Amino acid sequence: MSIVSQVSQSHPFYPPRSVLTIRRRISNMLAIVLTTIFLLFTVGILLYLISYVLVQGLHFINLNFFTQVPTANGELGGGMGQSVQGTLILVGLASLIGVPLGLFTGVYLSEFGRGRFAASIRFLVDILTGIPTIIFGLFAWGLIVVPNHSFSGFAGGVALGIIMVPIVARTSEDILRLVPRETREASLALGATESHTILRVVIPSALNGIITGIILAMARVAGETAPLIMTAFGTTYWNADITQPTDALPLGIYNFSHSPYHEQVNQAYAGAFILIMLIFLTSFAVRWATQGFQQTNR
Amino acid sequence: MIRSAWLKSLRGMRPSDLIFRAVTLLMVFVVIAIVLGVAWILVADSMPTIRQAGFSFLTRQDFDPVHDIYGVLPAIYGTLVTSVFALIFAIPIGVGTAIFLVEYCPRPLRMPLAFFADLLAAVPSVVFGLWGFLILARWLQHTGQPWLQLHLGFLPFFKGPPLGVGILAAGMVLTIMILPLIVAVSREVMLTVPSSQREALQALGATRWEVVRHAVLPLSRVGIFGGIILALGRALGETMAVTMVIGNQATKPSLSLFDTGYTLSSVIANQFGEATPGLFLSALVEAGLLIFLITMITNILARVLISRLGRRYVPGVKV
Repeated sequence: MSIVSQVSQSHPFYPPRSVLTIRRRISNMLAIVLTTIFLLFTVGILLYLISYVLVQGLHFINLNFFTQVPTANGELGGGMGQSVQGTLILVGLASLIGVPLGLFTGVYLSEFGRGRFAASIRFLVDILTGIPTIIFGLFAWGLIVVPNHSFSGFAGGVALGIIMVPIVARTSEDILRLVPRETREASLALGATESHTILRVVIPSALNGIITGIILAMARVAGETAPLIMTAFGTTYWNADITQPTDALPLGIYNFSHSPYHEQVNQAYAGAFILIMLIFLTSFAVRWATQGFQQTNR
Repeated sequence: MIRSAWLKSLRGMRPSDLIFRAVTLLMVFVVIAIVLGVAWILVADSMPTIRQAGFSFLTRQDFDPVHDIYGVLPAIYGTLVTSVFALIFAIPIGVGTAIFLVEYCPRPLRMPLAFFADLLAAVPSVVFGLWGFLILARWLQHTGQPWLQLHLGFLPFFKGPPLGVGILAAGMVLTIMILPLIVAVSREVMLTVPSSQREALQALGATRWEVVRHAVLPLSRVGIFGGIILALGRALGETMAVTMVIGNQATKPSLSLFDTGYTLSSVIANQFGEATPGLFLSALVEAGLLIFLITMITNILARVLISRLGRRYVPGVKV
């Protein structure tokens, strides 16, 4: 008896059953408790942060926010109308640059993209998404602001447009790849040319996905601040001239967040509210539009 | 570059197809040109300081526009410290959250929670900065830092007056910002572990945790590491949120987290408005060149690691 119990204690494969089970149970329980705490922390802190800014912002959103420019420092009233206007202009400009470049790159990668050259383009596009956006601001500054001796909305639009390229390229490539090969073959078998097939058959059948990708990219650059500091620069007046300094919501939030005046800090919250809602609404729209189209992993 | 087979296939092609291919390829070349142009402009515009300061740009401690002396050692230090701080806290919390989402989470909650994490990865950094500056920094100044000093003040990390803004605040905001990214990547990587691996261990009588420990984590280690590097790249380059909470005052690099500081990107964002043409602007562009090089390297590393798993992209990052 004693020999048996000694063996069972020393041999790794035959430890006493009860001890083993308790230790394994404890470590299993510990893992569950710990990961649950981590999840609650992650969800909790982010939920708190976002809802705090949303609730604060909601208090200070009113019609004036959209229709008036900032008042003189410390005075009541006023809004961030020029920021909203500037963001619309900048995102529009960015789309003019980013959408064709991104879309055609996406088409190239999905329709012609085989071999090492395409693989390196794909890699390049991936890398582009990870470069800090302030770098593209410096690029647009050196390319446009310096030669023209003036900050301009145009330079800001170029910087944001470049940031859109990899996002649009990757989403449209992914969506285009989901179009079944049979669709392409059917079109080609009917005698359509390659370009006709791509433009009239493949792209239209993936159009929902492509458009949602573009909207996503627009929402993303609408929240960009850093590349605009050295390009669009910002202003406190109405301005629709893209050769002049142009404001943007994130720039306005950045400038007002450090303001000593309550009115301006409150408007920064209101601006943040609009940015967050923009991201949430577009994300939900994308989710809704691509449901059933894209296989969701579970 | 372009394989000859591709060129050969162009023969006998209709003009419309040729034009379409040409336009497509042209756009691709524009994208390549932009990347080259970014590198070119950064190098060309930082040439004045490279010539004048040379290597001392990296080792000097003072960034002094008045005397035209430029050194970014405190900025490099600030960049590294805030990013490492963020990683130390975000890795266990993020990977733990991902483990919960993949292995323990009740099924109906999985998709909403994962979607929530993805959603937060897209919130603009200026929003985090706003919260960090107005709420977190103030809380740190009045409650957090005095408490730390009272109870842990003997450690070298908690020295100096509680200012609120500083390295600590920047590190905390960065932690919160890269959490969704680490969760998204780790979750996606863990989902690729074949269920046969899990079932094999379960058949041997393993507990849930043993399945994670011996089947899921070893197989997804490389991918999770890639995701961590990706998050590191994000943290190193993050500009606005850090600029708003780090205090933007260079102090001598010290161990104290209460110090205010600079990061490479916050120097640019903070000083660009006041910069005068000449060496000052050139120094800021050279700081940008440094970030560009650092984030290029980290991103290439991350992509190579992640693609080793045979995965083309990281979904949580892209959409």
